[in-house]
Amino acid sequence: MSESEPADLEKFREQTRAWLEANCPPEMRKPVTSDTDVFWGGRNTKFASEPQRIWFERMRDKGWTVPDWPREYGGGGLSAAEHKVLRAEMARMGARPPLSSFGIWMLGPALLKYGNEAQKKEHLPDIAAGLIRWCQGYSEPNAGSDLASLQTRAESDGDDFVITGSKIWTSYADYADWIFCLVRTDPTAKKHDGISFILFDMASKGVTTKPILLISGYSPFCETFFDGVRVPKSHVVGTVNRGWDVAKYLLQHERAMISGMGERGVGRPLGQIAADSVGTDAQGKLDDSMLRGRIASFDVDEAALAACAERAVDLAKAGQAHPAFSSAMKYYGTELNKRRHEILMSAGGVNALEWESERSRQGARPRAWLRTKANSIEGGTTEVMLGIVAKRILDLPGA
Amino acid sequence: MALVLTEEQSMLRDSARGLISDKAPVSHLRSLRDNKDPTGFSKELWHSFAEMGFAGLLVPEEFGGSGLGFVEAGVVMEEIGRTLMPSPFLATSVVAASALNRGGNAAQKSEFLPKISNGSLLATLAIDEGAKHRPLQTSLQAVRAGNGFKLSGAKALVVDGHVADLFIVAARTAGAAGEREGLTLFLVNPKAKGVAIERTIMVDAHNAARIELANVEVNADSVLGEVDQGAALLDGVLDIGRGAVAAEMVGLSEEVFNRTVEYLKNRKQFGKLIGEFQALQHRAAELYVDIEITRAATMKALQALDADVAKAASSVAVAKARAGTTATRAVQEGVQMHGGMGMTDQFDIGFFMKRARVCEELFGDANYHTEQLARARGY
Ligand SMILES: Cc1cc2nc3c(=O)[nH]c(=O)nc-3n(C[C@H](O)[C@H](O)[C@H](O)COP(=O)(O)OP(=O)(O)OC[C@H]3O[C@@H](n4cnc5c(N)ncnc54)[C@H](O)[C@@H]3O)c2cc1C
Repeated sequence: MSESEPADLEKFREQTRAWLEANCPPEMRKPVTSDTDVFWGGRNTKFASEPQRIWFERMRDKGWTVPDWPREYGGGGLSAAEHKVLRAEMARMGARPPLSSFGIWMLGPALLKYGNEAQKKEHLPDIAAGLIRWCQGYSEPNAGSDLASLQTRAESDGDDFVITGSKIWTSYADYADWIFCLVRTDPTAKKHDGISFILFDMASKGVTTKPILLISGYSPFCETFFDGVRVPKSHVVGTVNRGWDVAKYLLQHERAMISGMGERGVGRPLGQIAADSVGTDAQGKLDDSMLRGRIASFDVDEAALAACAERAVDLAKAGQAHPAFSSAMKYYGTELNKRRHEILMSAGGVNALEWESERSRQGARPRAWLRTKANSIEGGTTEVMLGIVAKRILDLPGA
Repeated sequence: MALVLTEEQSMLRDSARGLISDKAPVSHLRSLRDNKDPTGFSKELWHSFAEMGFAGLLVPEEFGGSGLGFVEAGVVMEEIGRTLMPSPFLATSVVAASALNRGGNAAQKSEFLPKISNGSLLATLAIDEGAKHRPLQTSLQAVRAGNGFKLSGAKALVVDGHVADLFIVAARTAGAAGEREGLTLFLVNPKAKGVAIERTIMVDAHNAARIELANVEVNADSVLGEVDQGAALLDGVLDIGRGAVAAEMVGLSEEVFNRTVEYLKNRKQFGKLIGEFQALQHRAAELYVDIEITRAATMKALQALDADVAKAASSVAVAKARAGTTATRAVQEGVQMHGGMGMTDQFDIGFFMKRARVCEELFGDANYHTEQLARARGY
C-alpha cells in the first residue's frame, strides 16, 4: 500500500520508524500484563521502571503523548494521516502507550472543543506532560445508564459554586489530582437542561473518597463525596446548564477509547499462547480442536474489527462518520475483549485459576479476565449502546 | 490508504447502482427464474455493462479494458449483491480476466482479453469437484498426449458453465489429490469433443453447471501459466474471486438489512410499530454493527489485493469468513423479522437468503477461511 502513499507521508513513516526503533526501550515493546506496566502520570506519580521513565520522557518531548493535539498545548501537531502512520508503526513494534490518562482520552478532546482559551492553556499542557491525573465524576448511585437523572447539586454563591452530593464508580478517584464532574446547576429545568460540566481539584476542602472492592480483588474505583466543595464559576466548561452537550461529546471519546482497549494485534497470537499451554498434535495444530476453532473465529472477528476501527478514523477524517458510531464500536469491541479473556482462561486451564502465587504473578490472568467483565458496563452498557445505535443510527421509533 | 471510497470510486458506484437498480431489480431475477430463461441472464444488459466499461474493468487498457483495480470490482459486485442481478461479471470479468491477466502469455492475453472487455466472450473457472471448496483436492487428470494433453474428470458448480465460451480448468498433471505440486490450469473450449455440460438449476436461480471431460484433447498452447506450478496462480485468482464474492455479500447483507429496518418502521402489532420493541431493536443494532465490520474487512481485503495479490491471503480469509457469517445472519434475521411474510415466495427476502447460501459455498465457506487463518498464524 505504500506505493500509493504520498511521498512526504512515506518519508514521515521512515523517519518515525527509525526514531521509534532508536528510542523505544525493548522493555516497552512487551504487551502490558499488569497494572504497573501502565504509566498514569499525576502529582504523586512514580515510574515503575527506568525504561518506563525514559520512554515516557522521550515521547513527551516530541509531543507524542498526544500526537494529534496542537503544538501550543503540548501536542505533536500531527495530521490525521501522520497520526495513523505513527499508530501503525507503534503497533508494528508492539510499543506501549507512553502515558495512559483520562485527560488524554476524555477531557482533552472535550476541552479542545468546548473549553475557553484560559482553560485550554491551564489544563492541556499539563495533561500532555502527565503532570495532572484526572478522574471522571459522572455516575451516581441512582444515575447510571440514566445518567441525566444525576442529583449532585451546585449552588451559586457569588463567584463560586458550592457542590454537594456523591458520585460512584469514580475510577481512580483516590489517585486523581482533579475531577471533571457533572453537577446539577438548575434543579427546576428539564432533566438534560440543568446540568453543568465543571472541573476542580480533588484536594479541595470537602472532597472525600472511599475505595470499592471488586470481584478482581482490586479497588480501581471509589465512592466520592462532596460536602460543600467551593469551586470558582470560571471552572465550568462550556455554558452553565448546557453541560450535557460536553458530557455527550466526551462520552463519544470515552467509548471509542474503551472499544480499542483489547490489546489488538499486539503480542503473541492467541493461538500460539494457547498452543504453549495445551500443546499441539503431530501436524502442529492446537491439541483441542474446539478451542482452536473458537480462537480462529475470534481472530477473524478481531481482524475485521481492527479494519473497522481504522475505517472509523478514515470516515471521521473524510467527514462521513455518524456521530453515534463510537457506540457501535464500543459495543462490539468490549464484547470481543470479554471473549478474548474467556478464551485465555480456557486455554490456561487449571493454571489460569491460581490467584495468589509468584508463578501466576498474583493471578494476573484471572484478574484481567474479571476486569474485562466491566468493559460492557463502564462508559455505557452494551444494552445502552445497542439502544443508541437503534435509535440514532437506524432511526427506529422510540419506545 | 484510507478505508473509504475515493471520489472516482463513489462515482463508479453511483453509475453501477443507477444501471443495476433501474434495469435489474430483484424482479428481474424473479422473471428469469419464472420463465425458465435458457440463458439465465440478460444479454442486452450485459452489453450495456460492457459499453459502460464494466466488463473489462480489470482488463489492462492495452487490451481494451479500463485497467481499474479490485476495489472498483468490489464496488460493482456490491451493487450486484443489492439486487441479486445474475450476470457474467464475477466469472468472466473478475475471475477469468484475472486468471488470464496474471497467468496468460502474450498470445493468450491478446486473444481473449479484448473479447472479455467488449463483452463478446464469457469465460469461467472450473475448479471444485467435491461437495466443498478444496482446491488442492483437484483430481481431474491431464495426461500428456503427443504435443498436448488429454483431460478427464468432472467439475461441480462451474459458475456460468452452460453459457461460457471458455473454461479455465484446474487439472492435475502430477502428484496426488491434496498436494500443491502438480496442478495446472488449462484453457478448454466448451465445444471441444468429449465435453459434457449439464446446466444445474440452483436454489438461487443463478447460473451454474456441472461439466464432465472425457479424454478432451488440448494442445500445449492451452496451458495457462506453468505446468505443475498452477497452485500459486490459482491461489491469487481464487483470492480475487473471494474478495469479490465478499463484496457481493456485503451488498446483499446491507440490502436485506435495509429492507428489514424499513419493515420494523412500518409493521404494527399490539398497537405499536414492531421497531419499538427493544428485543428487535437490539438485534437490528447488532446486525448493523456486524455489517459495518464486515464492510471494513472487505474493503481492507480488496485494497490488500490491489497492493499485492500474493500478500493478501490473510485479509481475504478474514473478509470471506466474516462476509459468510454476516450474510447468513442478515438473511436469517431478515426472514424472521418479516414473520410469515418472510416465508412467502411472493416477497423478495427469500431470494436473498438463497443467494447468500450460494455465496457462502463459493470459493470456500466461513469454516474454510477461518481454518486458513489459523494455519497462517501457526496454531
Ligand atoms: C470498571 C468500571 C469503571 C467505571 N468508571 C467510572 C468512572 O470513572 N466515572 C463514572 O462516572 N462512572 C464510572 N463507571 C460507571 C458506569 O458508567 C456505570 O456503571 C454504567 O453507566 C452503568 O450504570 P449502572 O451501573 O448504574 O447500571 P444500571 O444503569 O442500573 O443498569 C443495570 C442493567 O440494566 C440495563 N439497562 C439499564 N437501562 C436500560 C435500558 N434503557 N434498556 C435496556 N437495558 C437497560 C443495563 O444495561 C444493565 O445491564 C464505571 C463502571 C465500571 C464497571
